[in-house]
Amino acid sequence: MKDVKTPPSAEGRGDTVSRRSLLGAALAAVTLAPGITLYAGPAAAAADGAKRWGLLIDTTRCDSGCSACVTACGAEHGWSDAGRARPDQAPQWVRKVDVRDPATGRTASLPIMCQHCAKPPCVDVCPTGASFKRADGIVLVDRHICIGCRYCMMACPYKARSFVHEPVTGQRPGSPRGMGTVEACNLCVTRVDAGGRPVCVDACAGAGRSAILFGDLDDPGSAISRRIREVAPARIRDDLRLDTGVYYQGI
Amino acid sequence: MTGVRTLLIALGLAAAAVTGVLAAGEGTAPSPAFRQWPGECVADAPFMRRNHMDLLKHQRDDTVHGGIRPANHSLNACVTCHAVKGDDGHPVTVADSRHFCRTCHDTTAVRVDCFSCHTSTPGVAK
Ligand code: HEC
Ligand code: HEC
Ligand code: HEC
Repeated sequence: MKDVKTPPSAEGRGDTVSRRSLLGAALAAVTLAPGITLYAGPAAAAADGAKRWGLLIDTTRCDSGCSACVTACGAEHGWSDAGRARPDQAPQWVRKVDVRDPATGRTASLPIMCQHCAKPPCVDVCPTGASFKRADGIVLVDRHICIGCRYCMMACPYKARSFVHEPVTGQRPGSPRGMGTVEACNLCVTRVDAGGRPVCVDACAGAGRSAILFGDLDDPGSAISRRIREVAPARIRDDLRLDTGVYYQGI
Repeated sequence: MTGVRTLLIALGLAAAAVTGVLAAGEGTAPSPAFRQWPGECVADAPFMRRNHMDLLKHQRDDTVHGGIRPANHSLNACVTCHAVKGDDGHPVTVADSRHFCRTCHDTTAVRVDCFSCHTSTPGVAK
């Protein structure tokens, strides 16, 4: 355990020699039994412990009248607020929040989603290990392991998680979700694993605002890291020292 | 650790496959829908018949925790390639007993909850 951020599955990735020879052993097994090519082949892109994905949201470009990111997220992941008998049970993948500084009267509108903390309280409290942080910093719920206890929802200072109370039908193929489990922004892992960026980022750009920047916070040369150094953005409830991965400029 | 695990998994799969192949020789009748699917399965049929649940679970953990997404191995890839057309010409959902994932499960009294979250009809073929 040299690096706390590296999960067991990513351990020893640099240790190519022993890994290769063992893969060789696996390949030998393949010739013994056809069909075992299954897991010996090169894996597609994987969560990379050398990266930390994050967002920088420029609230000066965000408008309270616009909810393109919210709509796009709902369409991508198949959730909706419409026709809900209990609005307090609404999905919280992302929501728009208008804030006002009482001292100056200055207002701002910001999208709030899972802040992908480096020290996520939701992970600390989860009794089953369903709440976890991927090697690349994305905080997720493994809904196969989630028992729906909702401790994580109580632990999250950002109210970024919600519980699915009712049976779900018509899920999007790339985003399974269902009753009895907790869900939240997953930073569009499927898109990110395919080399893309979260759908809200594209939607915001599509709405002509380009207020959301996605990138690798651990790469000092990435556009997001450079902008963060330049504009010194804030993080919500930074006093909690959760080291969130979502930055807000202009609040 | 990972190395050792990889080796163990490889050996385990090999052993499972060998027993699978042996056991699925003569006398194991393929299901009625056998071989109507386009393309190749992720492993040979006798192996799949016995081990698909383990593969799916393994893949599930690899994908959800490791972000490893090989083509054809997602649950949606299974239901996409194994899609069965209904009377209206559209692929049936698991609500229909002709759905691939119900063909054997119904007779062997297996019930899976996968499709309360995962769509049971073709989607991302990618
Ligand atoms: C690209 C198409 C394709 C994909 C993807 C695919 N299969 Fe198959 N599958 C086949 C074919 C074709 C067969 C018939 C066996 C043969 O020809 O070897 C088969 C056979 C099977 C069988 C044995 C069926 C029987 O009637 O005995 C099972 C079980 C199975 N597949 C499960 C799966 C699962 C689970 C997945 C997802 C991980 C999957 N398949 C993905 C094409 C596919
Ligand atoms: C409570 C909801 C839920 C249930 C029930 C569920 N899954 Fe999942 N599953 C998910 C979510 C969410 C993902 C993550 C999707 C992603 O990252 O692409 C996932 C991902 C997967 C993956 C890897 C990605 C993919 O699309 O294939 C596999 C394999 C999988 N599940 C298999 C299963 C199997 C088999 C069952 C039934 C035994 C099952 N799941 C039941 C929610 C669920
Ligand atoms: C060739 C027949 C056959 C087909 C087709 C088939 N299954 Fe199965 N499946 C079985 C049998 C038999 C079992 C029970 C094995 C046991 O109990 O040891 C099983 C068990 C499972 C389990 C484990 C259930 C549990 O409670 O442990 C899962 C998950 C599963 N199947 C998923 C699928 C999915 C998803 C598909 C469709 C892609 C599918 N199966 C298609 C025969 C089949």
